[in-house]
Amino acid sequence: MMDIGHSALVGFAKSYGLFYLIAFSVAVLVYTYWPSNKKRFDRASKSILDDEDKPCP
Amino acid sequence: MASLLTKNERQLALGISILLALVGLAMAGAGDDRAYAAHGILIMVFGVGTAFLTISGYHAPEPPEGRLAQYYDDPSKVGIVLAMGWAVFGMFIGDWVAWLLAYPEMTFDAAWSSFGRLRPVHTTGVIFGFGGNALIATSFHVMQRTSRARMPDQLSPWFVLLGYNLFCILAVSGYFMGLTQSKEYAEPEWYADIWLVIVWVTYLVLYLRTLARRQEPHIYVANWYYLAFILVVAVLHIVNNLAMPISLTQAKSYSAFAGVQDAMTQWWYGHNAVAFFLTAGFLGMLYYYLPKRAGRPIYSYRMSILGFWGITFFYMWAGSHHLHYTALPQWVQTLGMTFSVMLLVPSWLAAANALLTLNGAWHKVRDDATLRFMMVAALFYGLSTFEGSFMAIRPVNSLSHYTDWTVGHVHAGALGWVALITFGSIYAVVPWLWKRQGMYSAKLVEAHFWLALVGTLIYVFAMWNSGIIQGLMWRTYNESGTLAYSFIDSLIAMHPYYVARAIGGLFFLIGAVIGSYNIWMTVRATREDSREPIADRPVPAVARDRALQSGE
Repeated sequence: MMDIGHSALVGFAKSYGLFYLIAFSVAVLVYTYWPSNKKRFDRASKSILDDEDKPCP
Repeated sequence: MASLLTKNERQLALGISILLALVGLAMAGAGDDRAYAAHGILIMVFGVGTAFLTISGYHAPEPPEGRLAQYYDDPSKVGIVLAMGWAVFGMFIGDWVAWLLAYPEMTFDAAWSSFGRLRPVHTTGVIFGFGGNALIATSFHVMQRTSRARMPDQLSPWFVLLGYNLFCILAVSGYFMGLTQSKEYAEPEWYADIWLVIVWVTYLVLYLRTLARRQEPHIYVANWYYLAFILVVAVLHIVNNLAMPISLTQAKSYSAFAGVQDAMTQWWYGHNAVAFFLTAGFLGMLYYYLPKRAGRPIYSYRMSILGFWGITFFYMWAGSHHLHYTALPQWVQTLGMTFSVMLLVPSWLAAANALLTLNGAWHKVRDDATLRFMMVAALFYGLSTFEGSFMAIRPVNSLSHYTDWTVGHVHAGALGWVALITFGSIYAVVPWLWKRQGMYSAKLVEAHFWLALVGTLIYVFAMWNSGIIQGLMWRTYNESGTLAYSFIDSLIAMHPYYVARAIGGLFFLIGAVIGSYNIWMTVRATREDSREPIADRPVPAVARDRALQSGE
């Protein structure tokens, strides 16, 4: 069995951790600013102001 | 209550109640220590109580089909009343603890009223009792509205709400008897922890089932925050509470972690409890009730999404800033510090988004104390997240750590942000839920607002002063290189600030009592007169103008 020591774990965390978090940030930015998502976001932010206090049938 | 459940739900409710009572009976009978047996009795009484509640409506006819065309709000209503009850209880204990620090004889020579037991009663009472019930109640309200769908069943919301309160009662009564596993904000012992896991998983499943029934294409951002709160709290709670009980008939257990690993697991839990219990859930409240009350959509929906992912992914790494200058490896401390500083970005995105939503509606903030509660909450959110990032920087932490500055910081967040956004949301939702024109008294909402604000400011300023004096006294050396002040010198210097803090806390407590009275009167008014009150409705502007003209 391969021995995973402290330094190996730290090395992995320091390198891989950096890249996956950057990749994740990029993915979130792309999702947020994707032009075709804008309409859906606008609708969502306005729809809560609708005062009809009943579930849709 | 039980008559509104379907026949199947009544059977299930009775079965769960009986099972709970039997487990309690077994614990009471087999328990080796008195506290454990006492908890057995408590669980049994709780199970018998819910069984009686179920039986009281057991043979009532099936609830009308028409209910399915409405949202199910009864659990939210009960949750709000419970939240206010816990608020008054938790804040009363908190203020007692505050006076106790200024006047140590206020334990009245009893073991149960010593500082070490009262303090977790206060923290659990306000965070889990008040905050948790408010989160559960508002999340039920928000998830149904934003999904435009009724909850899938009527039993699981009651199981979540009442089961959660059983956990809170077990926790608080355990501390009074001296039961604790000594993990901050995770003090309850193993059996209470297991019970909370069952309740919490039911909560998560209920939330997901409601979202699955939604009639809106997009899941509104408030739900993201509530879901992050539910999901992450489940993960944190399970991991940090991993422990081996001494035996199944004893309350005590051994943690699965030891040494610095235990400290790191605890503060990973502890700081994320701040992040996901005390921030994410309450941001869910903010993103629904603030735009709703102001009558304006959120300033930038995109900002709210960026803020969400920033908060969820940065907070996860920030916990190690609680362990600066300890045996924890230096790079882990630095990692926690760096992520804490980065957290300022998503935190301020949320605070700015809230304030910019109100930009253009400042006249509403001026006139409406409910909206002002939410506005000031956003200000305190911005303030305390800035302060938190600052205090996480290692050299700053060398001054602030273990001093009252930390206590002041926590209360800037807990009173100024969490409690104010909760009161604002409750004042907004109570008239909607009980179908009233407004609260019983707008003047009392106003009074509550100013008491809460003044109380928070007195508290926070007292603790800033006290904490910095304390920190500086602890690190002042004289010419011979030894400490200039003894510990008792710093205690004497802190005394006036402790008195001031207790007075600030008293203001806040009185505000909560007034709020509870106001909510209770709003609820009762509907009960006595289910028609809409006509007398105290404001005269519409058009009619008023006409009346003026006719007088000319």
